Amino acid sequence: MIAVGITVALKEILASFGLSGGLLSVVTYAILASATFGLLSVLALFLVWWERKIAGHMQQRFGPMRNGWHGWYQTLVDGLKLLQKEDVRVATRDKVVFFWAPVMCFIAAFAAYIVIPFGDGLIVADLNIGILYIMAITTFTVISLLMAGWGSNNKYALLGGMRSAAQVVSYEVPMVASILVVVLYAGSLSTVDIVNSQAGNFLNWNIFRVPYGPLAFLTYLVAAIAEANRTPFDLAEAEQELVAGFNIEYSGMKFAMFFLAEFINLFTVSAIAVILFFGGWHGFEFIPSFVWFFLKTFAVVFLLIMIRWTYPRMRVDQLMEFAWKFLVPLTFLNIIIAAIFKHFGWYWEL
Amino acid sequence: MSNLRTEEFDINMGPHHPSTHGVCRLLLTMDGEKVVKVVPYIGYLHRAIEKICENRTYAMCIPILDRFEYVTAMSCNYVFSLAAERLSGIEVPERAEYLRVIMLELNRIASHLIFFGTTAMDIGALTPFLYALREREYIMDLFEMTCGQRLTYNYIRVGGVSKDIPNEFTPKCRETVATISDKVEEYKRLLNGNPIWKMRTIGVGKLDADLALAYGVSGPILRASGVDYDLRRDDPYSIYDRFDYNIPIYQNGDVYDRYMIRLDEIQESCKIVAQALDQIEDGPIRAKVSPNFKPAAGETYTRIENSRGEMGVYLVSDGTKKPFRVKARGGSYPHLQLLPEIATNCMIADLVAIFASFDVILPEVDR
Repeated sequence: MIAVGITVALKEILASFGLSGGLLSVVTYAILASATFGLLSVLALFLVWWERKIAGHMQQRFGPMRNGWHGWYQTLVDGLKLLQKEDVRVATRDKVVFFWAPVMCFIAAFAAYIVIPFGDGLIVADLNIGILYIMAITTFTVISLLMAGWGSNNKYALLGGMRSAAQVVSYEVPMVASILVVVLYAGSLSTVDIVNSQAGNFLNWNIFRVPYGPLAFLTYLVAAIAEANRTPFDLAEAEQELVAGFNIEYSGMKFAMFFLAEFINLFTVSAIAVILFFGGWHGFEFIPSFVWFFLKTFAVVFLLIMIRWTYPRMRVDQLMEFAWKFLVPLTFLNIIIAAIFKHFGWYWEL
Repeated sequence: MSNLRTEEFDINMGPHHPSTHGVCRLLLTMDGEKVVKVVPYIGYLHRAIEKICENRTYAMCIPILDRFEYVTAMSCNYVFSLAAERLSGIEVPERAEYLRVIMLELNRIASHLIFFGTTAMDIGALTPFLYALREREYIMDLFEMTCGQRLTYNYIRVGGVSKDIPNEFTPKCRETVATISDKVEEYKRLLNGNPIWKMRTIGVGKLDADLALAYGVSGPILRASGVDYDLRRDDPYSIYDRFDYNIPIYQNGDVYDRYMIRLDEIQESCKIVAQALDQIEDGPIRAKVSPNFKPAAGETYTRIENSRGEMGVYLVSDGTKKPFRVKARGGSYPHLQLLPEIATNCMIADLVAIFASFDVILPEVDR
């Protein structure tokens, strides 16, 4: 584990207060974790509002308008409402599983941010297995959805849980395969190294530099939409078929946890897309690096939101067919081509 | 893995469910994602409309029948008025006939717009619903301008219509019809080429013509299965013979065709309304009919082409001021009956698409 930028700085400050040894690490990471948590919570609230506004404007309406300027604190009051609501628990639930499912979903969504660089040096810990770690930790989401489906003791919820399990397991394969193309060229799994390999001109971004980079980006994007459970792959909570799918029995804060985790996941997949394909925090020097990162990520989020409100939903068997018969062969082919190009050096050098 | 125990399970879809369009309960037996058996349970919306009509005068029956099929309440008004007129031989003035046709066709457009929106929504595209309702709003404005109501009109009465159209109606109606005709092209551009939409609709819920005829299916669903049958032409009523319009026919009888045929019908109805607005002339809008009029004793079965198929009223008069028996026939009832036949052994998502493509409206089933 290589501590960089903000972590080092924070450690130095804390050391000057006389902390040392194991306690220093604990306090440092506790502060960073709280800061990330705070940032992401605000971000999730913003994303909910933003999605509602975009959806509204796409659908000839305004979206939230009542609370503040264009309803800017609408999600805040929604959150307060959910906090006050009664936590309805069905009598026939599986008590342990039902309780831990939203918690797990929440933790899995947040834990990915340990290795996401928000800017130059703005990263909690630069793990040398960064991307692999994100893949591993976000998979916990599917376990939580399955837990929610099982624990609710509701048939709709169970169907939703099973759907999401099948879906996420299938789309994990093309997702990792798309990422491997980038890893092949960066020569590292660390998110910081991947971003740094794209420094300088925007032509160095992987989407332009890597042969078939756009294809890798597209396959990643499709898999990412499926991972984030959004239309056209929002089968787990298909409201017209399964009413609300896995979260049908959840209310109050537990529902809010699922809901926030969904939007955090949306931001995560967009951030990964930016790190892998759009040069992360790199941009013109006179604008701070974290601004670049957020600008690019919001652009990808915007794209995902537009897709959600444009397309119909796929059917579950078509979804699996699409993953295994089309996306997986395509991404593997792309890896092979990328490897050949890499071997012969047929690509844009830095 | 083969010795893993699996079992089918029953699931109640409805009475409260986002895609049953009302209060219909479908008892599904599921094998995982697959629907093994569908049993529709109806009756949650039964209001005894037919019985209530027996205790009302003819004029009072019309607002009751508004609630029979509230998405196209004009057709309900019309079919009952037509039945009463046929029993007593009342001649309807020319202008009233034109107004009736304009209203009926506008109502058909409004109904098909709702179909378009809800079907797209049930297949997962949420945005078209709001587009469709935006266009429907123009039609609702026209109705409101004419009779003050937006859903249950009580506009078409025995002997004519209740009110004449205001002056600003004609230009606004022309504009609306032209807009909607254009917008339908836009809808087609938005959805038809979409590969996901095609995957979800083409070849899903196939209904062949024989089965459709055996079940008494009518209207757009029958025409989507390749049977050229439209009551406006085949059992003429009103003045439909004066207009130049096509009756769209599709051959495959799948969800896609049932969707396409309705979009085409919107455009054909737009044509009819535009022609009616050109041809309409000034004149009386209502024959002289007493509020307590008594038709001659006798019986009639009168049917018209509604947006959901054949809508009919079987009316028995015993010569008093109240009908002896009213039996209302809606298109949705046979369509719902057909659901187990073609939705068995499909995926649950297809069941929702098929149900949406039938455009069943539950008050018409339950009455």
